[in-house]
Amino acid sequence: MWRSCLRLRDRGRRLLNCPPADRAASSARLGLVPQCLARAYAPPTERKRFYQNVSITQGEGGFEINLDHRKLKTPQAKLFTVPTEALAIAVATEWDSQHDTIKFYTMHLTTLCNTSLDNPTQRSKDQVIRAAVKFLDTDTICYRVEEPETLVELQKNEWDPIIEWAEKRYGVEIESSTSIMGPSIPARTREVLVSHLASYNMWALQGIEFVVAQLKSLVLTLGLIDLRLTVEQAVLLSRLEEEYQIQKWGNIEWAHDYELQELRARTAAGTLFVHLCSENTTVKHKHLQE
Amino acid sequence: MAALGSPARTLRGLLRELRYLNAATGRPYRDTAAYRYLVKAFRAHRVTSEKLCRAQHELHFQAATYLCLLRSVREHLALHQEFHGKGERSVEESAGLVGLQLPHQPGGKGWEP
Repeated sequence: MWRSCLRLRDRGRRLLNCPPADRAASSARLGLVPQCLARAYAPPTERKRFYQNVSITQGEGGFEINLDHRKLKTPQAKLFTVPTEALAIAVATEWDSQHDTIKFYTMHLTTLCNTSLDNPTQRSKDQVIRAAVKFLDTDTICYRVEEPETLVELQKNEWDPIIEWAEKRYGVEIESSTSIMGPSIPARTREVLVSHLASYNMWALQGIEFVVAQLKSLVLTLGLIDLRLTVEQAVLLSRLEEEYQIQKWGNIEWAHDYELQELRARTAAGTLFVHLCSENTTVKHKHLQE
Repeated sequence: MAALGSPARTLRGLLRELRYLNAATGRPYRDTAAYRYLVKAFRAHRVTSEKLCRAQHELHFQAATYLCLLRSVREHLALHQEFHGKGERSVEESAGLVGLQLPHQPGGKGWEP
């Protein structure tokens, strides 16, 4: 980021320095060789792997990650600590598996931990819950099409069982709709789900909101949290229409497969994060039920 | 409950992913903390009877989710480096991507410098 700013400033100065006549000449020259200069975009350079060994230590606040002898910090320079050993090992594995450059876009668990530790948007628990439940108004699996018929049937067969399961599991009503205004969700449904989500801690909630935003569906996310769906199934259900179009028109590796793998990776990371961060909560639940 | 298949299969998949991860660093994957943790967890929660154990299912679900994470990240990275990681393509490359070729004119098009 910092480097690219410098580069920009350099280029700006070069433009300022060159006299107007020269600039006209250079633009004429530009006209002759348009392609070489127009195609200047290159992705920002990735940072080198500056460490050799990754290890875990148990500190006061939880488990910490060490890169050689330095402690890992969050972007806001807080100490990076995670509540469970399993999560710490998974994060350490992410850092250890970077080959010569650090590819942050593949380190979803680290990103989620950073978000939870720093809370960059400064939101409270209520706000995160509300943001997650808001997706119910526009939940992917509640929006149905009216044509073509095969897709209508596919959506009915694949999505209805999940909605039924959620209705039974939480004792609520969730409708589906074909209108552009979306389904009408009863206020009670919202209350029940809000109070259910309130039983999770802040870390788990950040993960839940992340998964909801990936799948564009609260119901599918609940299915993942309650072990009703695997990640592969949830992603398939979330992309049902796309899969239908792929079957009809063909698959493109650099668009469809790329998105599929990214969505799977993000959803899996979020789901694992929720499960690893809410282990204590789950135990409490069982006591209450018995 | 989601069907996950046999736990041994999941563990094998996880170990394969760990091997991929450690192929580049050159160290044996059996030395990593992740390997030790996974094997320990799988041993501790081995099936001892035919009864469905909720805790074991939960652990297996987490393992399957982790397997999905590692596999998708690897495949996503491969696709990213193949198609997206190098900035903009030249006209020739873009055409080749959809199976086309730029027209070739022997002797040039007449307007090159």
